[in-house]
Amino acid sequence: MLEVDINDLHFRNPLLLASGILDESGDTMLRVARSGAGGIVTKSIGMVPREGYENPVIYELPYGLLNAIGLANPGIENFGEEIKKAKEGGVPIIGSIFGGNVDEFVYLAKKMESYGVDAVELNLSCPHARGYGMEIGVDMELVEEIVGEVKKSVGIPVWAKITPNTDSVVRIAKAAEKADALVLINTIRAMAIDIDARRPVLSNKIGGLSGPCLKPVGVRAVYEVYSEVNKPIIGVGGIQNGRDALEYMMAGASAVQIGTAVYTHGLEVFTSIAREMKEWLHRNDYENVKDIIGAAQVK
Amino acid sequence: MYRVVKIERIKKETPSVKTFFFRDKSSPMPGQFYMLWLPGVDEFPMSISYIGEIKGFTVKKVGAGTSRMHSMHEGDKLWLRGPYGHGFSPMNGKILFVGGGSGMATLAPIIERLPGDLLIAARSRDELLFMDRFKERKIYVATDDGSLGFKGFAHELLEKILEDTKYDAIYTCGPELMLRKVIDIASSHGIEIQASLERLMKCGIGICDSCSINGYRVCVDGPVFGSHELAEMDELGRYRRDRAGRKVPI
Ligand SMILES: Cc1cc2nc3c(=O)[nH]c(=O)nc-3n(C[C@H](O)[C@H](O)[C@H](O)COP(=O)(O)OP(=O)(O)OC[C@H]3O[C@@H](n4cnc5c(N)ncnc54)[C@H](O)[C@@H]3O)c2cc1C
Ligand SMILES: Cc1cc2nc3c(=O)[nH]c(=O)nc-3n(C[C@H](O)[C@H](O)[C@H](O)COP(=O)(O)O)c2cc1C
Ligand code: FES
Repeated sequence: MLEVDINDLHFRNPLLLASGILDESGDTMLRVARSGAGGIVTKSIGMVPREGYENPVIYELPYGLLNAIGLANPGIENFGEEIKKAKEGGVPIIGSIFGGNVDEFVYLAKKMESYGVDAVELNLSCPHARGYGMEIGVDMELVEEIVGEVKKSVGIPVWAKITPNTDSVVRIAKAAEKADALVLINTIRAMAIDIDARRPVLSNKIGGLSGPCLKPVGVRAVYEVYSEVNKPIIGVGGIQNGRDALEYMMAGASAVQIGTAVYTHGLEVFTSIAREMKEWLHRNDYENVKDIIGAAQVK
Repeated sequence: MYRVVKIERIKKETPSVKTFFFRDKSSPMPGQFYMLWLPGVDEFPMSISYIGEIKGFTVKKVGAGTSRMHSMHEGDKLWLRGPYGHGFSPMNGKILFVGGGSGMATLAPIIERLPGDLLIAARSRDELLFMDRFKERKIYVATDDGSLGFKGFAHELLEKILEDTKYDAIYTCGPELMLRKVIDIASSHGIEIQASLERLMKCGIGICDSCSINGYRVCVDGPVFGSHELAEMDELGRYRRDRAGRKVPI
């Protein structure tokens, strides 16, 4: 009932682990796979090991999380073993990568492919790392070039993860149209100040906002892009329960990713969302979740 | 979000360890920890060492953050979030608590709740923590330099003790190599064990993967783990993850 296919990749359910959450070590990814996730996106991996920002890198809010981890990652050369372990989980593994230019993206994508990932996700959207992520992801020509060159260099599907920190998600989505799927959205640039300390809480000052408060922005982005770009969309941002996941899919997403809800609901969140989705579909006489994709699009 | 607490009293425990007392409305379980923020300096995990109405952190000076803390005064403020993680749970039978160095800070609240004997170990006599706090208990002492009690490591003394005394359960916290040995000894004697582990922590809330060991997150699945989980952790005492997430030998 929940099975979906995206670019010839088969997912037992449309609930993927979002990049950056519990996906740095192979053992942890394996555990998430065994907890019921339909697929796993790895932490964004770069050319060299990166320690990320100093603590505090995370701040808990009543309506979500603020984070500036700073793209900490062990570096692509150290990531093969982790992928190998994660693959034991039997679900598709999507290797997320970030680079500072076209050549780096191409190198990282090829390397991920050689490690056996099922697809690569280009992080064109991290809101808080200088010279990477959204700093690249709002430059339309560069986005087009990166996506195009990576497409030419690998045989596996290429997904592009897009930033909401722009005046037009649609325009960036169009620039990334050569990708096999679009992932919408990454976090929103945000800040929190501790008034007793009289300073921003995160050591990087600015971070990315995720969680329930992000959902309406993500749903809007998916809805807008669905009618403009003819590529599968993977919806991300604030999904906590079955209704949230169905909302994204009705806006036009073929699958969704889940991050912050792992903190609010624990690793059981994948099975609980799947159960809630099935119950709703059953009550409303749908045989397959695919039938609701884009169902809320009003002509 | 952080809560701000005021340091009401500071007690020097050893040349490198101080306890900071404060009031806070949270009700931690023994073995739980907080994330402690010193604005502009660092944020790091700290076990709760006194859990009553007056609470306390017992802190060993190791780097920038803990050094700053050691230079603080009564009346200064601390920023906290927590309590976090799974603490100690009660075990039956005759109990031994094995604490190495500042590991005694983490063990102290569960020692206060349960009867049992103590094995306190440190580099030297000066660094033995909480000998006074638990002076009513039977305490075995080990120092690396032999300045008090048994000369040698905690696990060496433990093996000697187990030759003629039977214990059913061990609670332990301390340096990782000591923990590895204590866990192996407990398992070979069929003794139930709970150990509190330390790993690099960034988020403290189970999402960043920086504290993971064999797929277990020390911040939410631990920091206290039981015999069964510990038996699966072949990385313990052998590998840790650095700030970039690389697996490096200990
Ligand atoms: C769950 C948990 C509970 C803890 N409880 C206590 C406690 O009750 N009392 C206490 O004194 N400490 C405790 N610690 C350890 C404490 O968090 C570290 O000592 C602290 O983070 C060091 O910060 P710093 O800024 O002073 O040092 P840094 O400047 O960050 O580091 C200085 C040096 O110490 C090393 N170091 C840092 N952290 C650790 C660590 N965890 N283990 C070994 N070496 C380390 C670094 O590699 C570096 O060489 C606990 C740790 C965890 C994970
Ligand atoms: C702690 C944390 C780390 C993240 N790291 C990455 C990352 O490395 N790469 C990336 O593309 N997105 C990263 N994200 C963004 C998430 O993948 C996701 O797009 C966002 O959190 C919204 O989804 P959510 O509300 O379900 O968390 C991170 C998010 C969080 C909370
Ligand atoms: S410290 Fe982030 S998962 Fe444990």
